[in-house]
Amino acid sequence: MTEFGLRLAISLTQIAAVMGIVVITVLILTLAERKVLGWMQDRMGPMEVGPYGILQPFADAIKLFFKEDIVPAGANKFLFTVAPILCLIPAFIGFAVIPWGPNQTFEVGGITVRPFVISDINIGILYILAFASLGAYGIILGGWASNSKYSLLGGLRSAAQIISYELNVGLSIVGVLILGGSLSLVKITDAQAGGFWHWYLFALPAPQIFALVVYVISSVAETNRVPFDLPEAESELVAGFFTEYSGLRFAFFFLAEYANMVLVSCVAAALFLGGWNAPYPGTIMAFIGLPSLAWVENTMWFAVKTYSFLFLFFWLRATLPRLRYDQLMRFGWKVLLPIALGNIVVTALAVFFFQ
Amino acid sequence: MSQLFFGYFAGMIVITSILVVALRNPVYSALSLLVMFFHVAGLFITLHAEFLAAVQIIVYAGAILVLYLFVVMILNVTQDDRYHSQWRIAGVVCIPLFIESLLLLSGGAGAVNTGSRSLQSGPYDAIPTDNTLAIGKTLFSTYLFPFEVASLVLLVAMIGAIVLAKKDIGQRET
Repeated sequence: MTEFGLRLAISLTQIAAVMGIVVITVLILTLAERKVLGWMQDRMGPMEVGPYGILQPFADAIKLFFKEDIVPAGANKFLFTVAPILCLIPAFIGFAVIPWGPNQTFEVGGITVRPFVISDINIGILYILAFASLGAYGIILGGWASNSKYSLLGGLRSAAQIISYELNVGLSIVGVLILGGSLSLVKITDAQAGGFWHWYLFALPAPQIFALVVYVISSVAETNRVPFDLPEAESELVAGFFTEYSGLRFAFFFLAEYANMVLVSCVAAALFLGGWNAPYPGTIMAFIGLPSLAWVENTMWFAVKTYSFLFLFFWLRATLPRLRYDQLMRFGWKVLLPIALGNIVVTALAVFFFQ
Repeated sequence: MSQLFFGYFAGMIVITSILVVALRNPVYSALSLLVMFFHVAGLFITLHAEFLAAVQIIVYAGAILVLYLFVVMILNVTQDDRYHSQWRIAGVVCIPLFIESLLLLSGGAGAVNTGSRSLQSGPYDAIPTDNTLAIGKTLFSTYLFPFEVASLVLLVAMIGAIVLAKKDIGQRET
């Protein structure tokens, strides 16, 4: 029983660490987004709280925490309360299978611990897709339970959008799965070691460039970000599905959206850009004689790749106008879906003939 | 331990399935259906069929049930007593089926346990390490023909749905 207890303690520590990192990343993102948008629009962004405005996320968090929690009249109280949590859990649960660093192990009291991944299950990427598709429930139920026309329309739009684009996310990943020969993110990342020409974005015989483009566009749509933020289009729907939400429950939706952004960026980095592998063979730390510190370098590379994708999200927001709803659907089904299917056919043929 | 998990999942499946048809609010019905799908996925995991569990959630919970919710919300059927007065018909259908399954399970009339069924009597394989690989190989070698036939049937259904939903196809051609 002590072994079970130790295992549990280790797992809980890992989960707490990952949750902490994700929440801190979200805090950084809220500030980074406003700053980046500010710079792109030739202004300063938040400057008042703390030096250079860096304490703004804490001010926002405290403000949201102390706001009055309003439940609108005629709302379905149970679903109104459950919806933000249903939105938040799928966003956080996916991080369990993301490999943050090298696939190494060490022993604690006879138990093998893998410090950089909470759980390496053999259906890793399907697990993430399964829970990502459940995020729609929080949105659609939140919209319905609010008893407001704007919320309901926002929720329905969001459900249609997430179902449509989830398909493209799934199909764009298939090429990588063919090349990697596994569904486990740890194994896929390991297979990309040894320089950027082994990353599946560039790897012969079938570079997954189109797949990455489809994946990024679809994941932007799936996280309801500009230019696909129709579920919360201000000019038409006030704020979409969370129009009636305030205080801490609004904060949950907000946190879920940003955690989803981090999750899709991590998956993109792990699948297409080699995860924690450096763009050159081996690591600098091992080269200068400190192989025990190589994990620092590797985790930093993972962070750099993830943050590049997150920056892309902000960049798109500053650059592109919102699509119309019929444009969104036509683009998803008539442009992205054929590209993703074509990519699968080409990759499968290339792997069949050249490997 | 595995008996315990099976008991939990099976019990929850029975309870939530009953709730799906017993609850008055269609949105709650859809939600209990969601909980049921989750527990079916849990059952698959106790059987070491992780791939099926993931696909169960992706397809049923992630896509089909969302569309159900969609319809329920657009139609806004808050309460419709028409559908709650059918328990007599349901009882006439279900009670014989229930008795029949009890008889079959207890090995009564028409018992099948004399014949050696390959499903049960075959030597129990060791748990395959890669469930996804095993399913893929079986599907594309042993059961290739049924698989292709099923895909053709689905394609026909898809084209049929498009033709039914898009009424102006015929008009535009004329």
